[in-house]
Amino acid sequence: MPDLLLELFCEEIPARMQAAAADSLKKLVTDALVERGLVYEGAKAFVTPRRLALAVHGLPAQQPDTHEERKGPRVGAPQGAIDGFLKAAGLTSLDQAKLATDPKKGDFYVAHTHKHGRPTPEVIGEIVPAIIRAFPWPKSMRWGKASAQPGALRWVRPLQSILCTFGPETEEPEIVAFDVDGLKAGDVTRGHRFLSPGLIKVRRLDDWMAKLEAAHVVADRERRKDIILNDAKDLALAQGLELVEDAGLLEEICGLVEWPVVLMGAFDPAFLDVPDEVIRATIRANQKCFVLRDPATGRLANRFILVSNLIASDGGAAIIAGNERVIRARLSDAKFFWETDKKTNATVSLDDRLAKFGNVTFHEKLGSQLERIRRIAAKAEVFAELMENRLKVADREYGGARSNFFNEVKLAANYAKSDLRTEVVGEFPEVQGLMGRYYAILEGMPASVAAAAEDHYKPQGPTDRVPTAPVSVAVALADKLDTLLGFWIIDEKPTGSKDPYALRRAALGANRIILENNFSFNLRSLLREFNIEVFPRAQQARVRELINIISPVRPIIEEVALTKLLRETDPESPPIIFNDLFSFFADRLKVHLREAGARHDLVDAVFALPGQDDLLLVVKRVEALSRFLSTEDGKTLLAGAKRAANILRIEEKKDGHTYEGGVDMVLLHEAEERALADAIAALGPRIEAALVAEDFEGAMGLMAQLRAPVDAFFDKVTVNAEDAALRQNRLRLLADIRALTRHVADFERIEG
Amino acid sequence: MIDPKLPPHMRPDKSFQGLILALHAFWADKGCVVLQPYDMEVGAGTFHPATTLRALGPLPWKAAYVQPSRRPKDGRYGENPNRLQHYYQYQVILKPSPTDLQELYLASLEAIGIDLKLHDVRFVEDDWESPTLGAWGLGWECWCDGMEVSQFTYFQQVAGFECAPVAGELTYGLERLAMYVQGVENVYDLNFNGREGDEKVTYGDVFLQAEKEYSRHNFEHADTAMLFEQFRMAESAAAKYLEAGWEDDSKTRHLMAQPAYDQCIKASHVFNLLDARGVISVTERQSYILRVRELAKACGAAWLATEAGGTPAA
Repeated sequence: MPDLLLELFCEEIPARMQAAAADSLKKLVTDALVERGLVYEGAKAFVTPRRLALAVHGLPAQQPDTHEERKGPRVGAPQGAIDGFLKAAGLTSLDQAKLATDPKKGDFYVAHTHKHGRPTPEVIGEIVPAIIRAFPWPKSMRWGKASAQPGALRWVRPLQSILCTFGPETEEPEIVAFDVDGLKAGDVTRGHRFLSPGLIKVRRLDDWMAKLEAAHVVADRERRKDIILNDAKDLALAQGLELVEDAGLLEEICGLVEWPVVLMGAFDPAFLDVPDEVIRATIRANQKCFVLRDPATGRLANRFILVSNLIASDGGAAIIAGNERVIRARLSDAKFFWETDKKTNATVSLDDRLAKFGNVTFHEKLGSQLERIRRIAAKAEVFAELMENRLKVADREYGGARSNFFNEVKLAANYAKSDLRTEVVGEFPEVQGLMGRYYAILEGMPASVAAAAEDHYKPQGPTDRVPTAPVSVAVALADKLDTLLGFWIIDEKPTGSKDPYALRRAALGANRIILENNFSFNLRSLLREFNIEVFPRAQQARVRELINIISPVRPIIEEVALTKLLRETDPESPPIIFNDLFSFFADRLKVHLREAGARHDLVDAVFALPGQDDLLLVVKRVEALSRFLSTEDGKTLLAGAKRAANILRIEEKKDGHTYEGGVDMVLLHEAEERALADAIAALGPRIEAALVAEDFEGAMGLMAQLRAPVDAFFDKVTVNAEDAALRQNRLRLLADIRALTRHVADFERIEG
Repeated sequence: MIDPKLPPHMRPDKSFQGLILALHAFWADKGCVVLQPYDMEVGAGTFHPATTLRALGPLPWKAAYVQPSRRPKDGRYGENPNRLQHYYQYQVILKPSPTDLQELYLASLEAIGIDLKLHDVRFVEDDWESPTLGAWGLGWECWCDGMEVSQFTYFQQVAGFECAPVAGELTYGLERLAMYVQGVENVYDLNFNGREGDEKVTYGDVFLQAEKEYSRHNFEHADTAMLFEQFRMAESAAAKYLEAGWEDDSKTRHLMAQPAYDQCIKASHVFNLLDARGVISVTERQSYILRVRELAKACGAAWLATEAGGTPAA
């Protein structure tokens, strides 16, 4: 069966776009083929800096024939309907149509059209130009004379030539005839820009691959990656060094070369005074080179790996020398920045350094970096206090010296952002935090402050480490909450896929810190206090009062009304947003728990209860509930509780009122209902006490004891008794079950 | 290949001015008009009306020139071997962009002594945007052995207008290229005139004192009150000239686009000076950039209504 080879040859395609472009080309072409009945055996896309190619293997020589039956109007229908039918079916007269009969419709016309499949190259010649014209490049451009006209062809960079052949393996393939903006498809391509600049005539895939290889082009992206990685490792090994692998860099580099030639260069070891991360950032970002590690010390070696695109006539000496010069200049800059920062830190006090942040805007509506740092510091102190209360940090880690802990948190919070104004971070933003740690150590700051400078940014992603050192935790939470609160107040919340300030990541990070550190506190009331603090001091009492009146009723909806109310007296009033922000945390928590494998119905069942404002307790409750429901007792009790709730729902609707407690002991006739009432009376207070003590396992254990009496009750007792008083009393008993289980979770939301 | 007939002191790899002359010879040979620098302070060669304005409109245009470029913030008091507040760009603009522009560029590198069999030249994605000119284009930074030696851009939009046809723009960083071909580590050590011994003049001999003086000026002494006033004056003068330049009320033909554009250039440079003096806050910065862009757009619109902009006289 014949194969298709398509190559779009152009000026250098940006490295970052190449892999996606290859995928798109493959999908667009093969989908279009299949859509037209051309089913293929296999397809593979190729991409280099100068070409985007696709080979489709095992295509039929032509489309299959198709047969279509089209029902028309009844015999004797108006002429208009008949003409329309003939036109749609492609017939010239009714003689070409057949008659059919239908019991309802009577006699009517049917057109049978038999379409011969078209030769595949003809179809390709239609498909490909359309795909080229509408290719989904992230950014595309116009060029040359043609760009004077509107509607000119767009491509990622000027498209130079198109190769498109089709034919069986054993024969000379044909050129698929088409052109795009005057560019005619042919069977000619070019090799490496410098090493093999001539034209190459190509027949099909194997031929294309072999001729390109001979012309110094490795068309397969994965192979170029392998070559680079293996050669780099070999060169490193020969020097007794290890390659610091960098998948992102490798991806990029393989998109910058058609013929990778891996070379090693060196730099002055004196530059190794600069932290490894800075050297690596410099060499990676500016020069797209790999760095090497000395396995003996674990530190970087004064060598680097560069990947050139040329077999140079001097063996690469000039290329290495050139790259070394540039790297020397870059490292001189980095070293200069590093030394300058050290000098500044040694001579200018932290307060004076922080004062400079007064001139740096954090966000137009959220003030300067200095104001932000002050806010974070204030919040960090609140967290320190909370942590001390809940986690006994001072006893655990400071030998009981509370003030030491508080002082370190305060210092760390003020220090944490100070590296943002350093020269090194100004040049390489990706080492923010890390530099803070280096500088803190050099300045003789406590280890906890140095750690917090780096770790308060964490966790950055799902695999990133979550800080556990108390000082880091306090600063990290303060930073994240300040950011969230700030952007909520200026109404820059994430929408859809847009989250420019990474607020989802901040909330998720805060959640993970809270959970992994077993940090229990009422997040909603904390957010509420932070929200109130944004108001001018004189206004705060009134705000608090209004919140107390309005907010508990319908938390989120009332925030809008509340904000409006406050703005009537002061149009500049910040909005009330803490409930909405809390919901955002809750949503992030749900996502997080779901991803961690928790049942979403259990999470919902717990969040449905009022006052679930402590994220750690929510999670613990979900966990205990989940374990309980996996036991026989749990499953059966769940069924009983749901049955009780269902019956109540129906009967309450019938009676037009709800049932709530007030069981009359005298009216309990059956042994089973007495036993149930006794069990509820005995267990109820104990379950409540266990929940108050946050002993969810204990509460579930007590719940398990309800199973037998509930079971027996439904087994033996008829709720809807004929005696109205008995019926009412039994419904009240069911209401007691509902009320009791609702202390634990809203069982009606649980599936199963 | 370097012209073998050149005497040593004229060679582009021995002399800074030799490098410029070699580029002039190369591009003159390709049909460019070789222009002189624009006689105003600009931040980059792109600001020269021969690029900004000529890139607009349908008429073909080929030009090459050196443009002294002022970046007040980049001054380092002559202490940094790579950074200058005044340096030279070599600018080539070809409209419409020829299909062999990359080949032409590579040939120009050979003409100044970069052997393509020996050096690793690469086109690395770098899209160009000038917020002050309301301009953008796609292209690359051109690397030679890991060093960026040129910018290569296909203009897509200038002064807010689509380029039709698209022009190709090449910008060579002359000092950097010269340092590379001369094998010099410090810009001030560049051989300027190609002579040796007593007759040798270095880049430092010509510019070191100026770098020190202008750094003092740019960072410490530039008269900010005057500059604020100049910005305002340039802005209002541009508006005045733009308004006065329309031939009649139909506003189809403009007769004074270039003088108006001069005021736009002026405003842009004054803004750069104010920025270097650190008297413009982050929020203000954006609004100044927008004000210059508005001028640039209006000048672009006026240019398109001139003869060279493609609107023939009635």
